[in-house]
Amino acid sequence: MAQVTHGLGGLKYDPGKKARPQELNVLVALVVIVAAFEILGRLLMGDSFLFNTRDNIDTLFNQQRLSIIILQVSIVGVIAIGVTQVIISGGIDLSSGSVVGATAMIAMSFAQTAMVNGQPNPKAIFGDWAMDLPVIVPVLVGLGCGLIAGFINGSLIAYTRIPPFIATLGMMVTARGLSRWWSNGNPISFPTESYAAIGKGMMPVAIFVALAILFHVIMTYTKYGKHCYAIGSNEAAARMSGINVNHHKVLVYVIAGILASLAAVVLSSKNLTAQAGMGVMYELDAIAMAVIGGVSLSGGRGSIIGTVLGALIFGVIISGFTFLKLDAYYQEMVKGVIIVAAVVLDQWRQQRRTRG
Amino acid sequence: MNDIILETRGLTKRYGGVHALEDANFILRKGEHVAVVGDNGAGKSTFVRQVTGVEQRTSGQIFFDGQEVSHSGPLEAREAGIETVFQTLALADDLDVPSNLYLGRELFKFRLGPFSWLDRKTMRERTLEALKTTAVKIPNVDNPIRNMSGGQRQCVAIARAAAFASKLIIMDEPTAALGVQETAQVENIIRGLKERGVPMILISHNLRQVFDLVDRIVVFRRGRIVASLNRDETDGNDIVSYITGVKGGEVSYA
Repeated sequence: MAQVTHGLGGLKYDPGKKARPQELNVLVALVVIVAAFEILGRLLMGDSFLFNTRDNIDTLFNQQRLSIIILQVSIVGVIAIGVTQVIISGGIDLSSGSVVGATAMIAMSFAQTAMVNGQPNPKAIFGDWAMDLPVIVPVLVGLGCGLIAGFINGSLIAYTRIPPFIATLGMMVTARGLSRWWSNGNPISFPTESYAAIGKGMMPVAIFVALAILFHVIMTYTKYGKHCYAIGSNEAAARMSGINVNHHKVLVYVIAGILASLAAVVLSSKNLTAQAGMGVMYELDAIAMAVIGGVSLSGGRGSIIGTVLGALIFGVIISGFTFLKLDAYYQEMVKGVIIVAAVVLDQWRQQRRTRG
Repeated sequence: MNDIILETRGLTKRYGGVHALEDANFILRKGEHVAVVGDNGAGKSTFVRQVTGVEQRTSGQIFFDGQEVSHSGPLEAREAGIETVFQTLALADDLDVPSNLYLGRELFKFRLGPFSWLDRKTMRERTLEALKTTAVKIPNVDNPIRNMSGGQRQCVAIARAAAFASKLIIMDEPTAALGVQETAQVENIIRGLKERGVPMILISHNLRQVFDLVDRIVVFRRGRIVASLNRDETDGNDIVSYITGVKGGEVSYA
């Protein structure tokens, strides 16, 4: 039996009973959703969702499906990692989707190859000087775009004290306009081989996983992470405790911008083209992944692990609906319901925990 | 020998035409616990805000630890050794106890700018020590503050002040929102600070508490200090007369 000590004011405290981490609930939700697709698949399609049913391949799981599940969320997942640390520190970033669009256009202009099938590149943006540049040039130009966007976001929020929603909404509209203006709405294509290698095959997954681990460590073990939680939890207290809140906020949005532009580089490389409409709605998908993963929109609570699980739930739902041969319309509707349900459940948990 | 830790001379604060604090002469000696009492708007909190650097005084001088000081903000005051427990809790609800104690002054295993690696083990150990010396009982320091009762949270705030205050603690109504048992616990902690010789300024409306805890009582009325009385030489009625203005006038003391 657990030992019970009497706390202050006669409150009883049971040391054996610890609050269940939020991530565990998300993991349970993920397992339930996978199980639901597995059962529905066997009933309706006569096929397994998760396991390998073909005789010619000797694996337990359906590896093709598993890799598609994670591949299709890994690019938005990279954005979601950046958005997660923004939300934890009490902000919001609506600009990431548009930053993806603008960055893809600009980076791709520096990644073009001079000759396509013996002909000059028909989609050339700049003259010969910008052709066949080393891959580092478009990558750095791209990351620079994200850095600038994030710096503007962060500075506006920290020093003019306008709400993050407004500052990043402005950036969202401006960056989308920039991406349309850049080539008068024309797509930019034919990158160099080395640029195309960035997003090839399972590279996006590798990048997503590496960044998820890196940011999990940063958020858990470093001063940066601790201050994100502190500022999101009680900004006045953080300020009073000597944390340079303004500097921190700028850094948070700069990192979010860089991650969004990295996603743009990977995406444009994977698609071998950049279009002005790239990344539309990505910001909302990224926020939704974080929210499903238990990141509180009021700040201070959440984790990278939760967001990764949230991203996986997204991937499973998309794959599951395709597997059941249901229309994409249902996907969208179910996604919407899951987002709201995740927040409602979180609210209930909070209310139950808060004492009067 | 100079045993004065804090002295203000002619401390004055005006908000536009409002004379919130007028010519306050105040002395706190080493190891002394002084209560600041007075009606709402008497100037107690204004006085504290000048001393802790939250606001800038209109005129007058502040001497802290033998030197004239002019703190431009609460941070500077804190670095000089003045810790304040504010009326509104300055804690981050989603962080655990060690993170709150060390908020803004974390210990690091190695430094790497913003990505410096936290020394969580040492911070946790020192937190447990600090809670022990201040006799604060928190069942599980690894829980977020959010899950704790008001009394426990206030204890964390006081432990934070006590753990770092080398020279002076100021408490602004630390028990205002607490229940009977929780108040008793906070009062015990304050007695512990007295034993350890940490000087304190306690702002309180609770005269029973004031008489229980402090050596001297300073009464504010309409922005002025109207009385400074040793606990043993006064009583509740006397204090109330000063607070309400039945008694009082200019007093000088040193």
